Amino acid sequence: MRSRLNGRAPNTVSLFASGLASPVGHSAADFGYRRRVTQDANLLFDITLTDEQAMMRDTVRKFTATQIRPHIRKADEAARAPDGFYAKSAELGFNMVQLADELGGMGAPRSPVSNMLLAEDLAHGDMALAIGALSSLSFINAVLDNGTDAQQKALLPAFASESFVAASVALMEPSTRFDPNKLKTRAQKTSDGYTLKGEKCLVPIADLADLMLVIADLDGVPSAFVVKKGAAGMSLVTEEFMGLRPLSLSRVTLDNVKVAANDKLGSDDKPFNLERLVDLARIGLGALTVGTGQAVLDYVTLYCNDRVAFGEPISHRQSVAFMIADIAIELDALRLLTYKAAGRAEQGLPFHREAFLVRVQAAEKGMKIGTDGVQLLGGHGFIREHPVELWYRNLRAIALLEGAVVI
Amino acid sequence: MINLELPTALSNVEATMRNIGLSLFRPISRKYDKQEHDTPVELEVMRRGASSDPRNKKDSKRDPSEKRTNQNGRAMQAVLTTEALCYGDVGLLLSIPGQGLGNAAIGAAATEEQKERFGQCYASMAITEPASGSDSGSISTTARLDGEEWVLNGEKIFVTAGQRCDTVVVWATLDKNAGKAAIKSFVVPKGTPGMELVGLEHKLGIRASDTATIRFDNCRIPKANILGSPEVKTGDKKGGFGKVMQTFDNTRPGVASMSIGVSRAALDLTYEILKAESGFELSFDKPLWDSSALEAEFYRMEADYEAARLLVLRAAWMADNGHPNSMEASMCKAKAGRVGNAITLRCVELCGSVGYSEAQLLEKFARDSKILDIFEGTQQIQQLIVARRLLNKSSAELK
Repeated sequence: MRSRLNGRAPNTVSLFASGLASPVGHSAADFGYRRRVTQDANLLFDITLTDEQAMMRDTVRKFTATQIRPHIRKADEAARAPDGFYAKSAELGFNMVQLADELGGMGAPRSPVSNMLLAEDLAHGDMALAIGALSSLSFINAVLDNGTDAQQKALLPAFASESFVAASVALMEPSTRFDPNKLKTRAQKTSDGYTLKGEKCLVPIADLADLMLVIADLDGVPSAFVVKKGAAGMSLVTEEFMGLRPLSLSRVTLDNVKVAANDKLGSDDKPFNLERLVDLARIGLGALTVGTGQAVLDYVTLYCNDRVAFGEPISHRQSVAFMIADIAIELDALRLLTYKAAGRAEQGLPFHREAFLVRVQAAEKGMKIGTDGVQLLGGHGFIREHPVELWYRNLRAIALLEGAVVI
Repeated sequence: MINLELPTALSNVEATMRNIGLSLFRPISRKYDKQEHDTPVELEVMRRGASSDPRNKKDSKRDPSEKRTNQNGRAMQAVLTTEALCYGDVGLLLSIPGQGLGNAAIGAAATEEQKERFGQCYASMAITEPASGSDSGSISTTARLDGEEWVLNGEKIFVTAGQRCDTVVVWATLDKNAGKAAIKSFVVPKGTPGMELVGLEHKLGIRASDTATIRFDNCRIPKANILGSPEVKTGDKKGGFGKVMQTFDNTRPGVASMSIGVSRAALDLTYEILKAESGFELSFDKPLWDSSALEAEFYRMEADYEAARLLVLRAAWMADNGHPNSMEASMCKAKAGRVGNAITLRCVELCGSVGYSEAQLLEKFARDSKILDIFEGTQQIQQLIVARRLLNKSSAELK
């Protein structure tokens, strides 16, 4: 993937002509994204949120506490989102924030950092519902990053609304060790467009989605196609998994699905960038892990202070307390790793390596946090009365998911 | 605004220090590993007054009415400097003349008059005793006021730079029954009668750094050589012992950054060796389980390394911005300590007999790193501090 990208001719206009060295790899100038280019070598190291991010965080956390957390057990058992959940999540407005005024949006810059914080906060409520709530945003971000102006104008105004419009990105395929560089779903050029053939899996809210971005291989080049709900040849089967159950994850079969020529995202001048999409989603996985891990930490902290054994709270024992300390340490470490990668993405710095490391660390430490969360509650952790077993099942997904939340 | 990249000013500090680490330290790394108790005379060029020690500098006073803006100051500079020099050699960093741990204590707690007298010295710190390690509240070296002089009695071990320094900051109790509140620190110049250098340790690693045992036998020092107040205030966490222990909130990120520096050195050398042998390279592109075991291990090590480094930078950034960072300092020390040790050990393993050989420095890095998970608070002490804070427990509840 990397060699292909490096082979692309650099954009003729450099944003770094002012004497600043252009960063290695992709520069902001390589992509025509409408986004904040804040890259500035004198920018100070900083871990504080902007005022807008702090306000958004406050709102989202309230939403999470009232609209998600009280319903997670029921949603998990029923394997569907609470009634009206997606409509309520859309009222937070995050789908329209980054859309330009002329698209009916709020005109804020493209901000992977803000999206990452959103994923973290929603996942603190529930990872599955976070992925579902952000599924349309993943689609929007893919279109913002890869779509031509005409495609953006055609596809995005529908999302500039506080009512819920469902869309999703279909990247994963049913195999062991899925590799985004080796797509089995094929696109074939026809006289008036393309046909798509293959199978996608773990597609979030596919049953609701009006629009689906199907990632497929076109003569060795990874490409993305917008497929509308009910397209002939497309069929869905909702599958059940170990966790993420409220998400109604679907297997999508594409049997010679026809799409128009302009349904292929991007243009010859601005080809679809799969590496960027996958990398942004890997940072998204970091955020989902951090949010869920924080939920585990909060819960075990209260539980272990409360639970008495041998005449005192079990948190008085080092074997218990140290496990909790390690959860907190690894969680903060992962959080910073994720923030760093997102910050680089936002500034137009290369972030491929950073996103890869986020995924590696999230997969390993996330599962460790999940299993320790159950362990700390002992037998009670194994009972479905407590949420730690649910977090355990959800965290198992981090190591295998790709493309779930494109920040 | 979230930005975890370093500004140019700090990258430049890092690059300059990395050069010193590579050009001054690395070439004599093995020499002083072998010549354990010889003074590394090559480092004399780095001797400078403690006043120029970045740890002792305060950021210029800000007008409190001014809206505080984000700072990347001395604390960040200090951890990056330490990290970059330790890329060269950890033991030699601890041997820079004029920059002992005692200098940090003097910088933090000395009065103006004391800074005048001790500001240019090379001060080591004597805390640990044969029967008192992590539990530094239990030290038994005593200080008794006799007229205009303090009289010190006791034995101190593991005094870093205890031989090469010219001054020792000694922790002693004014009253063994009064607990931590009675523990004070005293400045004792070398050559004071009653202070004797008993011997030097032979260690697993950081052999370039001397580690001394010092005995005090009715050692008399002026009354004015006490750091801080001589009053024993029980229940006062701000003064006395609590204040002294707070020194560690500042030094823990420093030790953590040593671990980061030696980890990077081990990783880079391992890449170099593997690349020369078989053209090994990381693609950062394949799924973890389609990578070779070697490659997958590198990804995990790189991720741990980066994550630990960010914890260190955060702790320092908090210090620069006036945020209390006791828990975060312990977090970074815990993660960096264990990650640094694991990485350096793994690098030896990955390079097989080449890694284990003294012909390379990998085996030395793996010996040097162990102490970094021990001094300035062991892994377990850091976990204890983090856990107490998270769980809101006292030291009596969570022992």
